[in-house]
Amino acid sequence: MNIIVCLKQVPSTTEVKIDPKTNTLIRQGIKSIVNPLDSYALEESVRLKERYGSRVTAISMGPPQATEMLRDAISSGADDAILLSDIAFAGSDTLATSTTLAKAIVKIKNYDLVICGRQTLDGDTGQVGPEIAEMLGIPFIAYVNKIEEIANGKLRVQRMVEDGYETIETSLPAVITVVKEINVPRMPSLRGLTKAKSAQIPTWTTQEINAEKETVGQAGSATWVVKVFYPQRVQLAEMLKGDPETQAKALVEKLREAKLI
Amino acid sequence: MGISIDKEKCTGCGNCTSTCLFGLIEVVDEKACIKEAGCTLCGACRDACVFEAIRIETEIAKTLLGDEYKGVWVFAEQRNSEIKSVSYELLSKGRELANTLKTELCAVCFGYNIKNIEQLTAFGANKVYVIDDPAFANQSEDQYVLELVRLIKQYKPEIVLAGATPFGRSFFPRVAAILKTGLTADCTGLDIDTEKHLLRQTRPTFGGNVMATIICPAKRPQMSTVRPRVFKKNPPDATRKSQFIKVDFNKEAITSKTRLLNFVADLTEKVKLEDADIIIAGGRGLGKPENFNLIRDLASVLEAAVGSSRPPVDEGWIPYYHQVGQTGKTVCPKLYIAVGISGAVQHLAGMQTADCIIAINDDPNAPIFQVATYGIVGDLFKVVPLLTEKLKGG
Ligand SMILES: Cc1cc2nc3c(=O)[nH]c(=O)nc-3n(C[C@H](O)[C@H](O)[C@H](O)COP(=O)(O)OP(=O)(O)OC[C@H]3O[C@@H](n4cnc5c(N)ncnc54)[C@H](O)[C@@H]3O)c2cc1C
Repeated sequence: MNIIVCLKQVPSTTEVKIDPKTNTLIRQGIKSIVNPLDSYALEESVRLKERYGSRVTAISMGPPQATEMLRDAISSGADDAILLSDIAFAGSDTLATSTTLAKAIVKIKNYDLVICGRQTLDGDTGQVGPEIAEMLGIPFIAYVNKIEEIANGKLRVQRMVEDGYETIETSLPAVITVVKEINVPRMPSLRGLTKAKSAQIPTWTTQEINAEKETVGQAGSATWVVKVFYPQRVQLAEMLKGDPETQAKALVEKLREAKLI
Repeated sequence: MGISIDKEKCTGCGNCTSTCLFGLIEVVDEKACIKEAGCTLCGACRDACVFEAIRIETEIAKTLLGDEYKGVWVFAEQRNSEIKSVSYELLSKGRELANTLKTELCAVCFGYNIKNIEQLTAFGANKVYVIDDPAFANQSEDQYVLELVRLIKQYKPEIVLAGATPFGRSFFPRVAAILKTGLTADCTGLDIDTEKHLLRQTRPTFGGNVMATIICPAKRPQMSTVRPRVFKKNPPDATRKSQFIKVDFNKEAITSKTRLLNFVADLTEKVKLEDADIIIAGGRGLGKPENFNLIRDLASVLEAAVGSSRPPVDEGWIPYYHQVGQTGKTVCPKLYIAVGISGAVQHLAGMQTADCIIAINDDPNAPIFQVATYGIVGDLFKVVPLLTEKLKGG
């Protein structure tokens, strides 16, 4: 069985701070990391490999620096990795991103299961997984929290919906997205680290994946970001002063006045 | 096409470097240099350059859209036969967009034994397309995708909106992908650029730190998912009339690729935070799990729901379904009392649209005070019990 896991490199947003003077992001010391949810996707692929003897290929579309992230994926158990990188991919929205990833998946050819994270820290749309499935014309299941069984060309999973858990079965090949409840990602192994060091990670461009120029990057994108800004918060609270007794009393009065209670 | 820097105009001031969300700009030999491969052409650097040295050339696809696409559609989601509140919020917003565009507003609703379907009209729909059939029970996603795609191809609306619910965020991207059009995720703002006749869609990204405005200039329909509780519902008007259209579909043609074998309800979730009028939420400032009782006491006097910021959930003081914020629930109650919550952007993203926000915190610089209506700087362990007592007293 062949598994393809999709990984995206993102800036670690928890460290993002806005400089109040210039109103821009303070980028100092911000590392690029693998999108946190994608490490669960990778871990699940490696667990399936251990369970069913599958082969795991990690793919990522991104700048050349993303090779390092793919190397880390190999040290955590992926067998191969491929970077999709081309200046022509700049400006991709999710439509163009999923087209590019799907083209690469078609080129890899033998695949049974594609695993994505539920969503990313930066773009945060959660659209790439379901869109890849439609580009490939294969079944899709979101929010998987448990892979129960893969047998006879069928996949059975449990997934989280808003009010409970569904058990769903589908035929392979298929695309799934995973949530963080699915597993606890492991640390890279020593053997993996050695393997990763010498691993060859090819870079595929528009040409290699046989994509039409008009379908990738900004040309292939339907949505455009026309403005980026930082939320302004100007409203300042009316402060209720005094000792706790006075404060509590003042607040109750305010709430009664506003007919909130 | 792409991004370029006019080396004549660039002074190497470096202003643009810190605006790049992805850190792709460096100043080399006193000129700005962009690593294009990771660039999303978002324009933040261009807008920051006072020398107008950064150019982004975009090529609007030559497809002439003409007037073929008309009307605003809302996909009205139901679960267990109940139409979701977000559907009414979207119809209220959709009404406004349709009025601006001088076009009609339509609701599309799939399900089985759908209750109160006339409400879609009361909230503003001029037409309602309905499938009410056992094959559409259980939110069977594959069928929903196929039928919505078919209807969109047939009737050609210019805008289609859906709730950014777990279901919406899974099934709507599939519809967009088949139609090869754009989809903007998790919007918190929608308006019309009347000059260009385009939908402007605004959404938070980077964990709520950054807002982006997005358009879909050359493909139709323009599609967005919208967070629940972001837009206000208009008062329903039961005297409104609409055209009801029962959608015919080919039952035999339905082949679902996935099969639902079993469903287990999660019974732990008793609080419906999203529907509460009053929410009392506790944060790290509570110090330990037992202190959530202060919150619960106040909540029971006010018949309020109990919420939490992320740290108490991460610490295991209170279950996840109480969490409000970017990775938890988005709420919009009439009254939100934040106790011992500092107000990280991720938390604010989930509650800042509440009508009235009260912040109680011992740190006068806590960001929560920036969104609060009333603030109390003080010891929550003294203030909250006093508050509970006074409210109990009537
Ligand atoms: C501020 C801003 C707002 C944006 N808003 C939108 C929008 O509303 N609609 C839109 O269509 N585009 C939008 N984009 C563009 C979007 O971020 C990119 O298309 C991005 O390449 C993929 O989207 P995502 O990060 O949301 O991924 P998600 O859809 O959240 O990713 C889900 C999963 O897909 C896989 N995946 C995603 N990207 C890659 C990749 N490059 N390589 C390998 N695997 C991947 C991962 O497994 C990931 O966990 C926006 C970009 C910016 C900068």
